[in-house]
Amino acid sequence: MSSARDDILGRLRQRIGREPVGTPAARERVEQVISASQAGPRPSYDGDLAARFIERAKALISTVDDCAAPADVPARCASWLASQGLGRQVVVSPALAGLDWAASGLDVRIGAAAGDDPVGITGCFRAIAETGTLMLCSGAQSPAVNSLLPETHIAVVPREHIVADMEAAFAVARDTLDPWPRAVNFVSGPSRTADIEQTIVLGAHGPYRVHLLIVG
Amino acid sequence: MEIRSMHFVSRVRQRLDDTELQRNLQRTRGRNAAARLASLSSLDDFDAVRARATDIRASVLRDLDVWLERFEAEATRRGATVLWARDGDEACRLVIDIARRHDVKTVVKAKSMVSEEAGLNAALEAAGIRPVETDLGEYILQINDNEPPSHIIMPVIHKSKEQVSELFARVHGTAAKTDIVELTREAREKLRPEFLGAEMGISGGNFLIAETGSVAIVTNEGNGRMCTTMPRVHVALTGIEKVIPTLDDLATLLRILPRSATGQAISNYVSLLTGPKHEGDADGPEHMYFVLVDGGRADLIGGDFEAMLRCIRCGACMNHCPVYQTIGGHSYGWVYPGPMGSVLTPLYQGLEKAKDLPQAATLCNQCGVVCPVSIPLPDLMRKLRQKQVEAGLRPWSERLSMRLWAWVAQRPALYARGVRLAVRYLRWLADGRDRIQAMGVAPGWTAERDFPAPAVQSFRDQYAARQRRAGR
Repeated sequence: MSSARDDILGRLRQRIGREPVGTPAARERVEQVISASQAGPRPSYDGDLAARFIERAKALISTVDDCAAPADVPARCASWLASQGLGRQVVVSPALAGLDWAASGLDVRIGAAAGDDPVGITGCFRAIAETGTLMLCSGAQSPAVNSLLPETHIAVVPREHIVADMEAAFAVARDTLDPWPRAVNFVSGPSRTADIEQTIVLGAHGPYRVHLLIVG
Repeated sequence: MEIRSMHFVSRVRQRLDDTELQRNLQRTRGRNAAARLASLSSLDDFDAVRARATDIRASVLRDLDVWLERFEAEATRRGATVLWARDGDEACRLVIDIARRHDVKTVVKAKSMVSEEAGLNAALEAAGIRPVETDLGEYILQINDNEPPSHIIMPVIHKSKEQVSELFARVHGTAAKTDIVELTREAREKLRPEFLGAEMGISGGNFLIAETGSVAIVTNEGNGRMCTTMPRVHVALTGIEKVIPTLDDLATLLRILPRSATGQAISNYVSLLTGPKHEGDADGPEHMYFVLVDGGRADLIGGDFEAMLRCIRCGACMNHCPVYQTIGGHSYGWVYPGPMGSVLTPLYQGLEKAKDLPQAATLCNQCGVVCPVSIPLPDLMRKLRQKQVEAGLRPWSERLSMRLWAWVAQRPALYARGVRLAVRYLRWLADGRDRIQAMGVAPGWTAERDFPAPAVQSFRDQYAARQRRAGR
């Protein structure tokens, strides 16, 4: 009995009208499409990408704050959490371990979030102005769970990491990420559902709130 | 999933008579259509994006064998295992084998329509493995005695919050709540330990990306992320037609998928998953599998229905379908409802098992107009009707009347006389009004609505009279 793979591919070849073996022309065509990958039609923006990003992020019910320098990040996180009554316990992605968290007064653990961590603080690989979306890449320094398990997610977004669209972000990723991350997560505001009566409810399984600190 | 489409007519009757269902359908009717329309303005040129999306999907189908090989090679290179299944049963066997290999007791599932096709939950249970649906809608259906979904992206669109409340109180043994926020919180708290405890996660896949060997999963709730991050095994179960070439193509398709589905510019979470966790990673599965399912897809390549394989499962066709929105998704009797379901069900399950579905359309072409990948759904339904006739699946009375009509239509003088007689009869029935309330010879036509009275003169007679007046 032939394997399911051979059977399926064999039937596809038959339907496509290809020889059973020897499809170098088609393979070359496929490699060509991939190596010459081109962006499709995309909306264009006049003006500041950061302003566009912030406007779209707010529309997705993220909250946004400015932060002058990276060194201010711990204190800004602490003051925002205090203003929201969200406590002091946070888990911080290793990528941000170099900041001076001790002075912030927060109860900080560096590492990956567990199911009961209330607040996760992460960086971001790029931020996408078109839709107000964070692009987070998993890795030893940036666990995917920190933006997923806690009820509150704070993301630190360097202003120079804001790019126009997904295509621009992918271009940077292709050039700089090796190995390619296990998970690339695009996050657009708090988790939500509209499954019951199409009524939008925040905090379905992921965070109830996403707070963005735009740095620089 | 067992097909029940052969009982379409009686299922429709029941649902039209179900006042609670009708009230629930009315509550959300047209909402997604309005949201979709509003969201299109944020694209400079929707038509150009749609044309590009159509082209991406169509071009892959032309070389699908090679694209699948390319995807397989890339996914394998990055540490995933790619398996193939000829049909749903084989897919179930593969998934159960994987579960046994990794000593899996509980599986958390993100939404996968292919798993509904395969009847995966029942197969897992029979093998002693506990499946837990984690999409809120799918979870509600699962705890309601495995009720099937009625919409491909909003599976419980047919239910009211009171019905969900009653169900939660009964199954969870908690106090009844009618606040949707509280109901959602209750499900979250029930499912959180499942995400943390399950040994395996099963997801579907919105797209497979040949460039990187990744699966892209689009969700709003975050359950897709949970299922593919927390358990130590991840299985992505998808149809073989889901491949797209590049990440840039993904970006294009993501401009059009959430807008067409719910009117969102982007869904909350888009996850691009590539292989198992890397050395040093704090999270992620240790094993990643793809199960690529044929299930009737390969046979559509190169034929009359190839365009159907472009479908990206957005649900826009059903959100705009006057028939779907009146009879609800369960009437269709299999996994996929609405216009796309009326095409896919007979193609995947057999023409003879879903005879009524291609007929259950007004061919108004709303679905064709809104389809983000330009699938000519009404044409495909018409083509299926033709196939039914060729296969001798239409009733003899219909075949006889068609033959009779064809005979008359080929004799213009006779046809014109027949039309004049019919007009006189219909105008007599209308009795001076512009509507006919009871059609004498075919009372079924006017059982639910009036029939418009015809003009005094047929188009042909008016045309002839004008030609005479113009002296031609």
